[in-house]
Amino acid sequence: MEKGNIPMQSKPFFSNLKCRECGRLYPKQAIHVCDFDFGPLEAAYDYEAIGRVLTRQRIESRPHTMWRYRELLPIDGEPTVGTEVGFTPLIKADRLAKLLGIRELWIKNDTVNYPTLSFKDRVVSVALSRARELGFTVVACASTGNLANSVAANAASAGLKSYVLIPADLEQGKVLGSLIYGTQVIAIQGAYDQVNRLCSEIAGKYGWGFVNVNLRPYYAEGSKSMGFEICEQLGWRIPQHTVIPMASGSLLTKIHKSYKEFAQLGLVENTPFSVHGTQATGCAPISHALKRGTDIVKPVPKPDTIVKSLAIGTPADGYYAIHSMRQTGGSAEDVSDEEVVEGIRMLAEYAGIFAETAGGVTVAGAKKLIASGHIGKDDSAVLCITGHGLKTQEAIIGKCGAPRLIAPNIREFEEKVYAPDLAAAAF
Amino acid sequence: MPTVRIPTPLRKLTGELEVVEAAGTTIAEVLHSLEQAFPGLNERICDESGNVRRFVNVFVNDEDIRFLEEAATPVKPTDEISIVPAIAGG
Repeated sequence: MEKGNIPMQSKPFFSNLKCRECGRLYPKQAIHVCDFDFGPLEAAYDYEAIGRVLTRQRIESRPHTMWRYRELLPIDGEPTVGTEVGFTPLIKADRLAKLLGIRELWIKNDTVNYPTLSFKDRVVSVALSRARELGFTVVACASTGNLANSVAANAASAGLKSYVLIPADLEQGKVLGSLIYGTQVIAIQGAYDQVNRLCSEIAGKYGWGFVNVNLRPYYAEGSKSMGFEICEQLGWRIPQHTVIPMASGSLLTKIHKSYKEFAQLGLVENTPFSVHGTQATGCAPISHALKRGTDIVKPVPKPDTIVKSLAIGTPADGYYAIHSMRQTGGSAEDVSDEEVVEGIRMLAEYAGIFAETAGGVTVAGAKKLIASGHIGKDDSAVLCITGHGLKTQEAIIGKCGAPRLIAPNIREFEEKVYAPDLAAAAF
Repeated sequence: MPTVRIPTPLRKLTGELEVVEAAGTTIAEVLHSLEQAFPGLNERICDESGNVRRFVNVFVNDEDIRFLEEAATPVKPTDEISIVPAIAGG
C-alpha cells in the first residue's frame, strides 16, 4: 500500500460528523440527519493535521487508485472494499473540443471505472469500507442503476449480503448488471423518489447499512476523489471549468469541495474555477431553479426522460448544488432526449468514448454552455463522464446506424461498400 | 380545527402524539398555536427569522407551502397539515 510513515493506529483525520446547516457535531456512526434541524450530516476533517502529512510527493508515491487521497476520505483504518477503484483516465479531447467550439477539452473517463464502469464505485468503496468498520453485515441502496451495480459487485467481493432497490423500469443492462452478482434486486413500481422514501423507512427499521441513506455522510465523500484525480492529472491544478451531470446534485457539490480542499491544503494554487451542472429537460429541477434565480427546488413528480440515471425528482443536494454553481460563477443547462443521443454520439465519434445517457447529457449540456458563452470559447473545460454506454443501450438503438449486410464475396464488397464510400469521400 | 401530523423525531415534544389539533387561519398562526401547546416545537421547524427550515417540509393537504404562500398560506378548519423532514438520498 502506501510507502509513507503514517502509523496504522494514528489519530484519524476525521473525528466527527457535522450538520451542514447548524454545525452541531455528532459521533461518526451510521446517522445522516441532524436531530435539531434535520440538516444533512457531513464528515468533519482536521485539515491542519492532514496538511502536516499530505504532500504531492506522498500522494504520487501511492498506487494509482482513489485511495491515494486516503486522508481526505472518511474511514478510520485502511479501505477493505474497493481498494482498486478510481484513477481513471483523463483524456485530452482535441477533436471534440474543436467540434464544440472550445480551445481545450478534457474528458474524465469514469466509463471504465473499476469494477462496475461508473463513478459510483468511488462512493461505494468508502461506504462499504465504513460499513465494515461499523459492523454491518447487510448493506443496501436506493438506486437509478449504477449505484445498485456497484453495491452488488462490491458487496459480493466483500462477502456482504446486499439488497438493491430500484425503479422497476430501468435499462436491462443495469438490471442484469446487478442481478449477476447475486444481490437481492427489489424493483419498485414507482419513481426513484418513492424508492428513496421506502429505503429511508427500511433503514430506520431494520438497521441495514444503506449506503445513500444512513451511510450517506461517508458515501458522498467518495465523489471527491474524482475531483482530486482531475487536479492531479492536469498537473496539480484546478480546471477552469468542470461540467458535471446532476441527479441528486451530490457529485457536483463534492467536486467543488475537492477543489477547495486541495487549494486549502496548498496542493494546488487557489485559482478561480467554475462548476456547471447538466440535467435532462424531462427532469431538471435544479437547472430550472438556477435559471429562475431561486434556490428553492421545485420537485418533479413524474420525471419523463430517457436519462433514467438522472431521473431524481426531489434532489437531496439541489440547494447545495445551486450554491456551488452560483459561488463559482457556474451555470446549469438541461437538454432534450434528442440532444442527449447526439451528445453520446459526439463523444463516441470524436473522442472514442462510449458513455451512457448521463454522459450524453454532459456533452450536450457543455455544447450549450459554450454556445451561450457561459463557458468561454477560449477557455479550458473538463467533462465528467460518469458511466458506460453498454448499460443504457436502449437509448441508442436505431439511432446510430446499422451494419451494411453483404454476401461473403469481393464483388459484393466492392459494389456495396468500397466503390460507394470512395465516391462519397471524393464528393 | 385544522389537524397537524407530527413527524417521529418531534413526537417527544408532543408527548408522543402523532396528530394534534391547532387553531389558526394561516400556517403562521397554526405554528404559533402549536408552540403554545408544545413549547420548543417551533424552533425545530422554523429558524430565527421565522422561515420554515430548509430541510423541513410543511404540506397543506399534500401541497408544499413553499409553492403556496409560505407561512402566510391560508388554512381552513378541515385542512390537514403535515410536517415532514426532507428525505436525503440519491
